Amino acid sequence: MIENRPGLKFFCHAMVLLAVLTVAFPVWIAFVASTHTAARMIEVPLPLWPGTELLENYRTVLVEGVAGASTAPVARMMFNSLVMALSVALGKIIISLLSAFAIVYFRFPLRMLFFWMIFITLMLPVEVRIFPTYKVMSDLHMINTYAGLTLPLIASATATFLFRQFFLTIPDEMMEAARMDGASALRFFWDVVVPLSRTNMAALFVILFIYGWNQYLWPLLITTDESMYTAVIGIKRMIPGGDASVDWNLVMAAAMLAMLPPALVVIVMQKWFVKGLVEQEK
Amino acid sequence: MAAEKRAYFPVGWLPYALVAPQLAITLVFFMWPASQAIWQSLLIQDAFGLNVEFVGLLNFRELFADPYYINSFKVTAIFSVTMTVAALGVALVLAACCDYLIRGVQVYQTLLIWPYAVAPVVAAVLWSFIFNPTLGILTYALHTWFGVTWNHMLNGNQALTLIIIAAGWKQISYNFLFFLAGMQAIPKSLIEAAAIDGAGPFRRFMTVVLPLISPTTFFLLVVNIVYAFFDTFGVIDATTQGGPGQATQVLVYKVFKDGFMGGDLGGSAAQSVVLMVIVMGLTVVQFRYIERKVKY
Repeated sequence: MIENRPGLKFFCHAMVLLAVLTVAFPVWIAFVASTHTAARMIEVPLPLWPGTELLENYRTVLVEGVAGASTAPVARMMFNSLVMALSVALGKIIISLLSAFAIVYFRFPLRMLFFWMIFITLMLPVEVRIFPTYKVMSDLHMINTYAGLTLPLIASATATFLFRQFFLTIPDEMMEAARMDGASALRFFWDVVVPLSRTNMAALFVILFIYGWNQYLWPLLITTDESMYTAVIGIKRMIPGGDASVDWNLVMAAAMLAMLPPALVVIVMQKWFVKGLVEQEK
Repeated sequence: MAAEKRAYFPVGWLPYALVAPQLAITLVFFMWPASQAIWQSLLIQDAFGLNVEFVGLLNFRELFADPYYINSFKVTAIFSVTMTVAALGVALVLAACCDYLIRGVQVYQTLLIWPYAVAPVVAAVLWSFIFNPTLGILTYALHTWFGVTWNHMLNGNQALTLIIIAAGWKQISYNFLFFLAGMQAIPKSLIEAAAIDGAGPFRRFMTVVLPLISPTTFFLLVVNIVYAFFDTFGVIDATTQGGPGQATQVLVYKVFKDGFMGGDLGGSAAQSVVLMVIVMGLTVVQFRYIERKVKY
């Protein structure tokens, strides 16, 4: 640094540490709650330090579900979430890659119309077209199916734009060389464009996996059968109106489990995650 | 950056086949439902769907004459502005602190970004547990240390505070990441030049760093407002469900409540159309800014 100011440095460290602790506080409380008995969780004040029931609580939640709250085992919900997150992430990447390739590398009559149609999806989040979309789904008999959970979410203007921007930076010489060598468009796509896009795909995958895993409104509408609940929906359903009969230790164990996979993805793939996020600004 | 390629592949059926999946989904799940919403906003239907009548803009006129709807606008405005300002402010201070430090930045970044992965609903469940009126740890602390009685089920302001905290908590990590990336992209020579001219750390932050990251700030402003408008549905549904009274009835939640529970399809569709106009406005603002910025 330019000047040495121990006081300011200390202040900065203190601020950041304080923030780290504040940010972690709710999760710590949830973790502590998930390690106590149900009886301990109705005694005020609640514990601040872990108890002994960790394994028992997590086993109950994963295998048996939360009794009385009429929900499926959390293992089943996590499987549903995993299917949903993976299909949404991979589906979005694949269809966006294809359409961006078509829009950048071909000049066909309806190109700009298609481009604008994809662009407009940005302006139509699920929240603004809840009922008609639900009606379409029930007409297509897609309620309580994985296709119903994922298909409407995999159109992606953002991913298409990111790939388009990236394809525009691939030197034109590459394509000219490929054509001179007699490669077809698909061959060029598969042997040049896809390998070059690998980093972008990884970055996008992290973002979209989290997006898929954390979906709430859509699964809430589309799943009425407990065995199709995603983890996020399941937790919400474990808390009925009042707080009379909530087994907070089990609910918090389920919440910890629902947070774990996306948090792991962020931490393990941090480099791509940061790249993928910051790229959105460009 | 060139917006067009110099050469193209010959056009046959291939480009159509390549865009087909994306277009099919767009048409079936976006265009069609959206046009349905617009059409329905011009109709009045009885609860059983037996009698449908075309009424033009009547639904909209009724909507804007409805004090609950006007209130919902106010609640949404207070909520999104407070949450955005708080989440941006905290993130800016943290990023500035991290940028000033040399050692430990990577570790701090890892420790601060993971809340991004937590679903808004789960965040809401965690915070409403902490603030639970009978059991919550902070409820207990507020009561014993400050004599404050916390009950967001009864007190509208407390309910609003709770959803601001729950929604803003995970947004801090997102904003932090962008601010830090923006600050670290500023050439060190600029900072050093300012230091040689005698500017202290605070002065440098205000006169050099802050203006240079203003594009990032603007981008985050739009993103955070969009998030507050639309992605916080789960937060509300898991904590206050719009209550107590109408205290946390934001626009997105009101559409859902009026349509699903109230059965007022025309009114709910009219609200959807109003929301569409808002998203369009926000998207246009965002893209005009990006257009301007991409030209290096």
